[in-house]
Amino acid sequence: MTDILASSAATAVPARAARARSERSWGSAVVMTLYLLFLLLPIYWLVNMSLKTNNEILGGFSLWPVDPTLANYATILTDPSWYMGYVNSLIYVVLNTVISVAVALPAAYAFSRYSFLGDKHLFFWLLTNRMAPPAVFALPFFQLYSAVGLFDTHIAVALAHCLFNVPLAVWILEGFMRGVPREIDETAWIDGYSFPRFFLRIFLPLIASGVGVAAFFCFMFSWVELLLSRTLTSVNAKPIASTMTRTVSASGLDWGVLAAAGVLTIIPGALVIWFVRNYIAKGFALGRV
Amino acid sequence: MKPIDNRAWLLVLPVLVLVAFSAVVPLMTVVNYSVQDSFGSNEFFWNGIGWFDDLLHSERMWDALGRQILFSAIVLLIEVPLGILIALHMPRKGFWSSLCLVLMALPLLIPFNVVGTIWQIFGRVDIGLLGRAVAALGIDYNYTRDAIDAWVTIVVMDVWHWTSLIALLAYAGLRSIPQAYYQAAEIDQASRWAVFRFIELPKMRGVLVIAILLRFMDSFMIYTEPFVVTGGGPGNATTFLSIDLVKMALGQFDLGPAAAFSIMYFLVILLVSWAFYTVMTNLDREEGPR
Repeated sequence: MTDILASSAATAVPARAARARSERSWGSAVVMTLYLLFLLLPIYWLVNMSLKTNNEILGGFSLWPVDPTLANYATILTDPSWYMGYVNSLIYVVLNTVISVAVALPAAYAFSRYSFLGDKHLFFWLLTNRMAPPAVFALPFFQLYSAVGLFDTHIAVALAHCLFNVPLAVWILEGFMRGVPREIDETAWIDGYSFPRFFLRIFLPLIASGVGVAAFFCFMFSWVELLLSRTLTSVNAKPIASTMTRTVSASGLDWGVLAAAGVLTIIPGALVIWFVRNYIAKGFALGRV
Repeated sequence: MKPIDNRAWLLVLPVLVLVAFSAVVPLMTVVNYSVQDSFGSNEFFWNGIGWFDDLLHSERMWDALGRQILFSAIVLLIEVPLGILIALHMPRKGFWSSLCLVLMALPLLIPFNVVGTIWQIFGRVDIGLLGRAVAALGIDYNYTRDAIDAWVTIVVMDVWHWTSLIALLAYAGLRSIPQAYYQAAEIDQASRWAVFRFIELPKMRGVLVIAILLRFMDSFMIYTEPFVVTGGGPGNATTFLSIDLVKMALGQFDLGPAAAFSIMYFLVILLVSWAFYTVMTNLDREEGPR
């Protein structure tokens, strides 16, 4: 049917339409180029700044570093008060990702496969936590984690970020699990698989990409968050984001180092983005695309 | 239909415990504070709805709310049409499509405070490309002193940061349209506008609802980016709800008012989420299981 439509359309299309299409593709290229330029220019400027010395930044104006230097990066990678920020961030982000995905897997399976008492309400309640403003939770979290003696530890931040990452992981994983036909589960029951064995051996490999995407997004959303991680830490677990904002508020604004620190925070995302490119939309849309 | 089995609760239990610990317990603390007053030294007494009453008559809250609504409205009005436009122009297959996807996703993955830093540097008149360029055009531009400039900077920053999200979602919606629809339209000699209006837009509806929901929520609770760029200033010009709340709660430690503020804030968000969720599930039902 589609073939017949296609071939008749091909013969019916006059040259005028073909020309219109090629004009349109030129227009598209222009629009996309302009948009990508708009997106990349500020990032380029950050990279440009990070390769200049502070004197060059403040002394003159140039579109590219006249005398490129890696001194700013060297400052960050040799000064513990800077590089420990990255280490701390990585620790709580990884902890959070592992916790979120581990608890979300069975829950997402339950939501995708069964109806149970209050399932719709529970699912909605999870969504509200993804939508909860961190500002509302900053103070209570501060008091809660101080009361239980977890203030300024990595696990405190990791648990706090579960507030929005667990719901996110549940929604994304549920979206992927919906795509797996139920017949597979039923066949496994008939073959005598126990639930844990079925889940680990058969089901998990089928949604491996979903697990990867969920982990990626948990990682990302924990990595980009500032307010909660800054509120819950002071010295030992201080994340890179709050190191950066404290440098800004201090009097000596070292723009070059600040820019270099910014560039280094972009790298983890930039490294893995290529692998999840086909799932970006699905991940951001909570698995609903 | 899914089989009914209440044992599924066992699978949900870990999530329930974890989220209850990190959401319900703190929320109850907030509720607790919102109805009590204190003379310090941890002595609290009942204050009823006093804080809520104060809040409803506080100019500061209404101003912040007004700014917040204005900001979310402006940002949505720019980002949604722009995002759809970009999605329509994205290459559909091959290497260029992948490259566009990756480059467009880049701003989405940058830590919020670094987004702020990028625009702080980019917009400065002395060292920033944007600030320099605008100044060269003869416009007096300084986002730290002038309220309008600060607003423009923050709106442009948000457009830069989040338009790609809408574009990527709309693009995913567009790609799911079968080629046969376009061929049928070609035979009917449908105009470009008609194709958009009667084929593409209806097919994107579900995705767009999600995109608008996410953008509304995230813009409504924006904190880090304006905090880094303007710190809520000049004056209070860019003090949005979250910035004001953090100032109140962690800066001045006004527990009661901050708690009342938090509850109202959260209720607004809850209400809007619920409305969107209802629309979303209805759409799901119409389109059937995917």
